[in-house]
Amino acid sequence: MDWHAVATALFGSDHAIVADGDFLCGTATFDGAAVAIVGTTNHAAVGVDLALRQARAVLATVADSPGRPLLLLVDTQGQKLRRRDELLGIHRAMAHLGCCLDLARRNGHPVIGLVYDQALSGGFITSGLMADACHALPAAEIRVMRVPAMARVTKLPEELLESLSRTNPVFAPGVANYVAMGGVRSLWEGDLAAGLRAALADRDTADRRALEGAARGGRRVAADVIRRVLEA
Amino acid sequence: MNGASFAELSARERLAALVDAGTFEEWLPPSARVTSPHLAQLGVPAAFDDGVAIGRAALAGRPVFIAAQEGEFMGGGVGEVHGAKLVGLLRRALRDRPAAVLLLAESGGVRLHEANAGLIAVSEVMRALLDVRAAGIATVMLIGGANGCFGGMGIVARCADTVVMSDIARHAMSGPEVIESAQGAGEFDARDRALVWRTTGGKHRWLTGDCDALVEDDPAAFRAAAVAALAVHRSMTLAALQRESALLQWRTELAGEGADAFALWTRLGVADARAVPDLDADAVRARRPAAVTPLANGAA
Repeated sequence: MDWHAVATALFGSDHAIVADGDFLCGTATFDGAAVAIVGTTNHAAVGVDLALRQARAVLATVADSPGRPLLLLVDTQGQKLRRRDELLGIHRAMAHLGCCLDLARRNGHPVIGLVYDQALSGGFITSGLMADACHALPAAEIRVMRVPAMARVTKLPEELLESLSRTNPVFAPGVANYVAMGGVRSLWEGDLAAGLRAALADRDTADRRALEGAARGGRRVAADVIRRVLEA
Repeated sequence: MNGASFAELSARERLAALVDAGTFEEWLPPSARVTSPHLAQLGVPAAFDDGVAIGRAALAGRPVFIAAQEGEFMGGGVGEVHGAKLVGLLRRALRDRPAAVLLLAESGGVRLHEANAGLIAVSEVMRALLDVRAAGIATVMLIGGANGCFGGMGIVARCADTVVMSDIARHAMSGPEVIESAQGAGEFDARDRALVWRTTGGKHRWLTGDCDALVEDDPAAFRAAAVAALAVHRSMTLAALQRESALLQWRTELAGEGADAFALWTRLGVADARAVPDLDADAVRARRPAAVTPLANGAA
């Protein structure tokens, strides 16, 4: 879904979200209260510059608008694959973005992630996955890597991975599998505003993804292993 | 084990060499056979510890929790069980309050064989680590394995209070092979080892301020750096993160569009940048420009 359509569905036409290149930023009013929006578009490749822009926008919200909810609009093809970004410490810039979102959560800002188009690995891990909870549109795509590339790196047959990716939530792209594994709390279907309203009302900020993954059957052992370490 | 190469040790050997002799007590050891439920269907052998050892130990007499990733098993990749062991260790630290949590990080990031579960697991590790750091427990990453620290674990590592690297270690996001296959050898020639190391290696990370201690590839040097890191707590206040933003922004603008390490070091104020690759860790330590250190920027 186009970000304009998402914004209009959530906030009507009267919002102040703007795209500057691949960077989305602005504010909107939802149920009478201001919401800050930070995100990316055009299937952005997130490099140092885009990570830092998002971080600054998050810090500005924490500095200037205490408690204001943050909505992260996620559309990324993953991390930028350039030598300059590695040289300049893309891992540090992304860690910084994650730390800024963590600060916002600790300072009482509700932080909601929404994958509205696609989310791949590196661009996702320090945005939507650092929210209190991440949600997705049903048509969104979430994955770590495409199957042919995965086959190349793992040296496993592409046919095997293709067939597993149709049946096994651990391999398969698609938001339903991320819901089953607890990585995505819910899909916003139909009435997007109802989805955001419910997300904002859920103020349990503990990380319960492993428990949800176990309860939903998509990630069966993680929660048990965590429990066993605590009891060892 | 003085004189041995830290990089050539196994994860458990590194762990034993780092902490006070004989103090490591492992949780979910290989005898518990907590293995990945996902590898068998791929015909890939499992490991009885899923590639990571976790437990408690003493370091200079202080109680610490510690984990070591084994790069020889799936490149240290984080799968469902591997990640859950790290999350369990960190949540237990939050409950039991050791002096520090140390991670001997060696990982290619998300284990692609369990891709989706690994991605979520890395994110859980990151959240749990930041909880531990926010609680005032020292968090220390020690990067000295031959495989380096990449991908999601590269991000997680930089979320710690202290990152220690050896001069032969690498810390980055995407491996050079991945960038070369996406953009061509003109962008990043993965076979050019000198280029790879000056772009992602320990000396570069030290000179640019991306790591907090640079040591020789030696177990005793890592141990000494780990002991020093027990006392290091970097606050995560709004002001501290604003300074980090400003520092990274300044550095990025200084680099311009360039991707050359020598040019960047020179612009940062490193004297005789071309000589750096041939210097030992001691000599490189002395050359770090004050402007990139967290203390100079008040972030400590």
